Order: sequence, then structure tokens, then C-alpha cells
Amino acid sequence: MSEVKFSKEHEWITLEGDVATIGITKHATEMLGDIVFAELPEKGSNVEKDGTAGVVESTKAASDVYTPVSGEVVDTNQAIVDDPSKINEDPEGSAWFFKLKMKDQSEMDSLMNKEEYDKFTKESAS
Amino acid sequence: MEIKKTSLNKLHQSNNAKFVEFAGYEMPIQYSKGIIEEHKFTRSHSGIFDVSHMGQLFIYGDENLTEELEKIFPLDLKNLKQNCSKYSFLMNEEAGIYDDLIITKIEEGYLIILNAACKDKDFEILSNLLGSKFKMNLDNNRSLIAIQGPKSVEILNSIINGVDQLNFMTGNWFDSDNQKLFITRSGYTGEDGFEISISNDKAENFVENLIEKGAQLIGLGARDTLRLEAGLCLYGHELDINKTPVEANLRWAISKSRLSNGGFIGSKKIMNQMQDGASQIRVGIKPEGRLIAREKTKIFDDTDTQIGEITSGTFGPSVNGPIAMGYVNKDFSKVDTKILLEVRGKKHPANVCTLPFYKKNYVKGVN
Repeated sequence: MSEVKFSKEHEWITLEGDVATIGITKHATEMLGDIVFAELPEKGSNVEKDGTAGVVESTKAASDVYTPVSGEVVDTNQAIVDDPSKINEDPEGSAWFFKLKMKDQSEMDSLMNKEEYDKFTKESAS
Repeated sequence: MEIKKTSLNKLHQSNNAKFVEFAGYEMPIQYSKGIIEEHKFTRSHSGIFDVSHMGQLFIYGDENLTEELEKIFPLDLKNLKQNCSKYSFLMNEEAGIYDDLIITKIEEGYLIILNAACKDKDFEILSNLLGSKFKMNLDNNRSLIAIQGPKSVEILNSIINGVDQLNFMTGNWFDSDNQKLFITRSGYTGEDGFEISISNDKAENFVENLIEKGAQLIGLGARDTLRLEAGLCLYGHELDINKTPVEANLRWAISKSRLSNGGFIGSKKIMNQMQDGASQIRVGIKPEGRLIAREKTKIFDDTDTQIGEITSGTFGPSVNGPIAMGYVNKDFSKVDTKILLEVRGKKHPANVCTLPFYKKNYVKGVN
């Protein structure tokens, strides 16, 4: 599996072959608070880099989930739809959102690595 | 304008509060445990709420004051016993609501608890209506602390002996730490509890004492989910100047004896609406599934006609599902009516339901 990459919209992504797994970061869940609703893209649909690909809602508000890369949705994580609190519990592990069959793997290049992302969240917090 | 802080601001900070601005005040939206944990703790144990931003209006006077206030509020104040509280409204001639409030008859006159965002305007309106005949004090030197949940009576009584003898919607002065506290058995969470009016300089110490006895600080976020589960209105959401108490489904709060003769501001409109019914009415709404319909969500019937709008919507932690309140055309106000909610461009099924979403019995009589 590839190194984990991160987007400015607080998604994480890993790549296995040409299939990317995408979720939201721990930092995102900490900003959102208790997540109580998740909506995922439909299997078989195509999503575009930086386009919306789902929604999460906390007790306070709704937020869009973006996809950091383009591709066809090949799998979605029904477990987080059935129990959205799982997203707070394990955001960067079992609570992944969806898997994409990527068209253009070079889209990964512009994303941040862990170190860059940590720096980015620190800077945007101050 | 500089943001205002309550006397508990430092205590909120040291308890890792996340702050928001609310009605010009820096208030805690939540602490480190988060809204759902805070909500559940209040339902199972005892939560402390800083509601010091709310207005505490003392109006001093005798039966002449009672007579004047009856011209304003739709209440039978002459027959209200001392130390008893009533939920009511300040209205305009069209019965539009300026504010909803709790009024308590006290020995010296009346104590009225007002919403933070409305209190200054309320003071102005009431000053104009009452003239200079009665001394009025919107007391900024007192904090207001609510303690809510099943363990609250035991915790508060261990500090101030005798509060367990208060009945629901009554209050009294109590002595503690060389000062007088006014305590009512009331609240806005659907739980048994108390609201304590205490001088600012004693508030922090008092709350620390409550925490030591096992109560925990709860933010405005959980206060909102608690009151929504309890089916209670929030000014600026369910209530505003364009809504009447009849439309808000609050006719229970209007004293029956005042309906025959009227004589209070807005009485004509209220009496008409009581007779003919209002064209729109506040209802409880339960979306099917897990979908949350927030404030301003449009409500439709199955012919694509808009029939109303959501005024509050969230996830109810004790209900363990989405809940909402809103206004619908009266033809759609019956329980179990199927309606559609438009969220992110799609229509989702929901049902009109009874309020509250969550019911627990208040302590009505302890004696």
C-alpha cells in the first residue's frame, strides 16, 4: 500500500494498485465534533477531483466531503452510514468513506504527506 | 462592540470550553467531552449550565403592578401565588412574540427571566408600557446557573438545604454563604432541575462546589439538543415577531380566565385565532432514517407544494435519531401526517409527530 496522503480539505487517501481508499482525517473529526450522519457517493458513479463526494453532519452542522482525486466509486463503507459515531472512533482506519478506481495516478502528486499535512493544520489553526 | 463575558468565563476556560458568540456573549458551546456525552450526562446525572447571559428583570411593586402586568401578559397574575412561576410571552398588538419568558411572583414584586438577545429591547418595551410608576432593575450583578438532571436535587440540596422541598415551577429565596440566592425548580431540558440566581462574585465558587459534588459543566450545544428533545421552543427559531402563541402551539400557556375578557396586548388576535384556528402551526417532525433536516429546510406535500419550514433540527442523542420542529399548514399538522423534507436538493420522507420527543416526569409535588 502507498504512503498516506492528505488534502487541504482534510481527506486522507491511500493507493493499492489503481484503487484509492479515502476518508476524513482525525483533525477533521476533532473540528466537527460528534458525527451523527454520513452520506456517501453511489457505487458506480464517477467523482471529479475536488468535487463533493458525500456529506457528514455533526450535532452542530453539515459539511461536504470532497474527493482529492478523480475516479469511479467501486466501494462505499456502509458501516459508517449505519453508525456514524465510528467516524469519530477510528477516522483514519476502519471508518474509511469510499474506494475509487483512479484514472490518473499523477493526481496523487499534488497531495501532502503526513508531515506537510500536520504543518498545514497547525498553520491554519493559528 | 466588545464581546461580553459572564462571571464564569474563566471557569469555562479552565474546563477546556470551546467558545461561540451568542447574543453578544462569549459562551461555551461544548467542553472536551462533546455534545453527545454532555447531553447524556445531563439525562443520567446532573449538568450545570451557565445561563448568566439571560436577563434577570426585577420589577418592584404591589397589586397595582399586578394589575398593570395583566394588561401586558396573558396570565391570571391576581391568582398567582407568591413564589410561583409561569411561562409567558411579551407580545405586540398582533400577538407577535417579542420574547418568551418565565415570570415569578416574589414578595417584592416580580422576577422575569428574559432571553439574552431580547433582554435590552424587552426592558425598553416594558419601561414604556409601565411608565415610571415601578422600579425596574435588569440586574447585571447577578449570574444565573441552571442545574439539570436526576441527581441535581440531591447535589444542590447538599449545598443548600431545603431546595428539595420546592415544587416544579415554584421558587424561593435561600441563604447561603452570607447572601440571598433566588432558586426556582425549573429548567429547559426536560429534566428535573433548578435555576439559581446568585451574585456574580459568588458564582464561580458556587459552581466549583457543584462540580465537586459530581455535577459537570454542559455547553450550549447540549442545551439545544436537550431542549429540542423536550419539545421546547427557542426564541429566534420557533418563536419570533411574526409568530403568535397560538401558531406556536402554546395555547396552554395562556390563562383560560384571561381569554373571555381579553384586555392584554395581542388579546384580540389570540381570541380570533383560538376560535378560527391558525393557518400555520408548530409541530414535531421525525425524519425517516438518519437524515438531519436543519433550520430553514423546506417542507413539501406529495404534490410538490411547499407546506412549511423547519425551525430547529438536529440529532437527538437520547432519542438516538434525527428530530426537528417546524411550522406546517394546519391541514398537515395531524400526528402521523406524511411530509417531505428537501435536503441538498432531494426530498426525504418524514412524519409529523407528538411532542416531546423525550419524556421524563418533572417533580410536580414533593409535599
